[in-house]
Amino acid sequence: MQRILIAKVGLDGHDRGIKVVARILRDAGYEVIYTGLFQTPATVAAAAVDEDVDAIGLSMLSGAHMTLAPLVVTETRARGADIPVIVGGIVPDADIAKLKELGIAAVLTPGATSEQIVAEVAAALAAYA
Amino acid sequence: MATNREIWERAFLTSSIRDADFMTMSGIPLEPVYGPASDDSEGPTEYPGQYPYTRGPYASMYRSKLWTMRMFAGFGTADDTNWRFKEIIKAGGDGLSTAFDMPTLLGIDSDHPMALGEVGRCGVAVDSLADMEDLYAGIDLDKTTTSMTINSPAAVIFAMYVAQAEKAGVHRSRLGGTLQNDILKEYQAQKEFVFPPRQSMRLVRDTIAFSAAEMPRWHSISISGYHIREAGSTAVEELAFTLANGFAYVELAMAAGLPVDAFAPRLSFFFNAHIDFFEEIAKYRAARRIWARWLRERYGAALDRSMQLRFHTQTAGVSLTAQQPEVNIVRTAIEALAGVLGGTQSLHTNSMDEAMALPTERTARIALRTQQVIAHETNVAHVADPLGGSWYVEHLTDEVERQAEELFSYLDEIGGGSMLEGVIKGIEDNWFQGRIADSAYDLERRFNTGRRIVVGVNAFTEGSEEEQIPLLQITNEDETRQLKRLEQVRHSRDQAAVDAALGRVRTEAADPEINLMPALIDAVSAYATLGEIMASLESVFGRHVEVPTI
Repeated sequence: MQRILIAKVGLDGHDRGIKVVARILRDAGYEVIYTGLFQTPATVAAAAVDEDVDAIGLSMLSGAHMTLAPLVVTETRARGADIPVIVGGIVPDADIAKLKELGIAAVLTPGATSEQIVAEVAAALAAYA
Repeated sequence: MATNREIWERAFLTSSIRDADFMTMSGIPLEPVYGPASDDSEGPTEYPGQYPYTRGPYASMYRSKLWTMRMFAGFGTADDTNWRFKEIIKAGGDGLSTAFDMPTLLGIDSDHPMALGEVGRCGVAVDSLADMEDLYAGIDLDKTTTSMTINSPAAVIFAMYVAQAEKAGVHRSRLGGTLQNDILKEYQAQKEFVFPPRQSMRLVRDTIAFSAAEMPRWHSISISGYHIREAGSTAVEELAFTLANGFAYVELAMAAGLPVDAFAPRLSFFFNAHIDFFEEIAKYRAARRIWARWLRERYGAALDRSMQLRFHTQTAGVSLTAQQPEVNIVRTAIEALAGVLGGTQSLHTNSMDEAMALPTERTARIALRTQQVIAHETNVAHVADPLGGSWYVEHLTDEVERQAEELFSYLDEIGGGSMLEGVIKGIEDNWFQGRIADSAYDLERRFNTGRRIVVGVNAFTEGSEEEQIPLLQITNEDETRQLKRLEQVRHSRDQAAVDAALGRVRTEAADPEINLMPALIDAVSAYATLGEIMASLESVFGRHVEVPTI
């Protein structure tokens, strides 16, 4: 069973979305590990390596995604892990291409259906396999 | 014996009436309220301003005064938000509502490593009294009421507000406004907590007691269902959890020796206005009735004002879509109308772009205009509780109340007869958090199966691929400016005075008998920063860590 670490990075406490996505992924057959709130890029990367996960999902709704999401990629790679980092949340269209240039595997925005979420995660996992 | 109608008439005649033509567009004259002429008719015989206040807290409702159009704003530095506040006042908004950024909400300074990327993004950055002075500069706080959405560090921000107003020449006793200060719903829903629940409740107690003694126009707490609903609860859960939290605060203050009628009149509420129009109206009506009954019967309140639930409403951010954002104006208008027909005392309408960003000046203006259309064009404010007596709405009101009472019974039971203990236990057991997550997932599944339609998202999607509307951009320049400002404050203050004031905060925090507000006002007046004061408190109170559950 593939394992996915889902995380809230930074100060944003809005956890409705991440909990819903956690259940969607669990129902789709993944093992889901949730970090809890107020993580840093370093703690997320460390947890991803410790738990030997296949992907990281970040939920970001506060506007800090351009600062924090690429740092998670950097910190993860610095620990020798090459796994997809997927961002879900409120991300303006203009930022999506920039995030992908900075190493983010996929970006899911408001209105994504369960099927789309599962498909994007599967595609990201396949691309890194 | 006088009938309810006659009692209402007497109360109405003593009320002031605003200047408007109270008739339909065809010229049909309108009574201030409609209802049965005698008390023996079938159905409800209650009038507005009569216990248990199902139909409204006041006899005259919007005949005396329309709701306060209170628009929530805050971004960037204090200067940026001060400018937006002045725009709101110019555009006809009549109360301010302050949104703070994430570092401020969590009580850390802008130069804290965790604040990176968050400074000024979701609200205004406030690090010290200097920022608070800039935030309200040039605004007459004697006349303008201010609401502040702040919880974990509420006592400290409150101290800053009092200190800056007094520096500007307005004595605390004349300040009117609301501190959100509702920590319980942070553990349940919004998750911006710092200290453990019981230590946080001590700060809430201190702010309630301080306000009751020194600030007669101040609402020390705004018991908030808004965030519970946004986190995914149903309307019934929003209502029940919010009122249960309210009962917990009442028990907290009574346990501290305050008579219920000394503080209950200053408690206020904050509800969501979601898209299920009639259920929302029923929720507000049931809220007033439940609060009145519990305050009188369980807590022994004697003053009418202690039993009258007054509330602020915000339309549901979570109902807005990123797709075809202009359609959000329609959603917001319908939700705002529910708040008005439900008798809200103040209202914030969301802007169409809020599924994506903070509002621009233009979208915020349209949102305010939405309220003005409801207030001045539709005539819906002419008659109080216009849906009272509707079989449908009365049934929904009763049913929402019945289901809420079931949830209260559960909390009362796990609390061993104390709602305060029941609510804290419900938080510690993740009961609230679990129920909210279950309801959120249930709704999500209904969206996914198409059983619930969201226009532009899972149906009627033509046009959803269009270019996004222009969004407010918050640049990193704000963060840089704020860091510079904070550095200046740290350099120009008297460090010995700061150290002494922080020492006093730690000493007094360790003694639960002491009210911390005077020490906090001293500390902020010495320009101790928010982060320094919160760290001092944390050294005594410790920190809350939520057990992550899916």
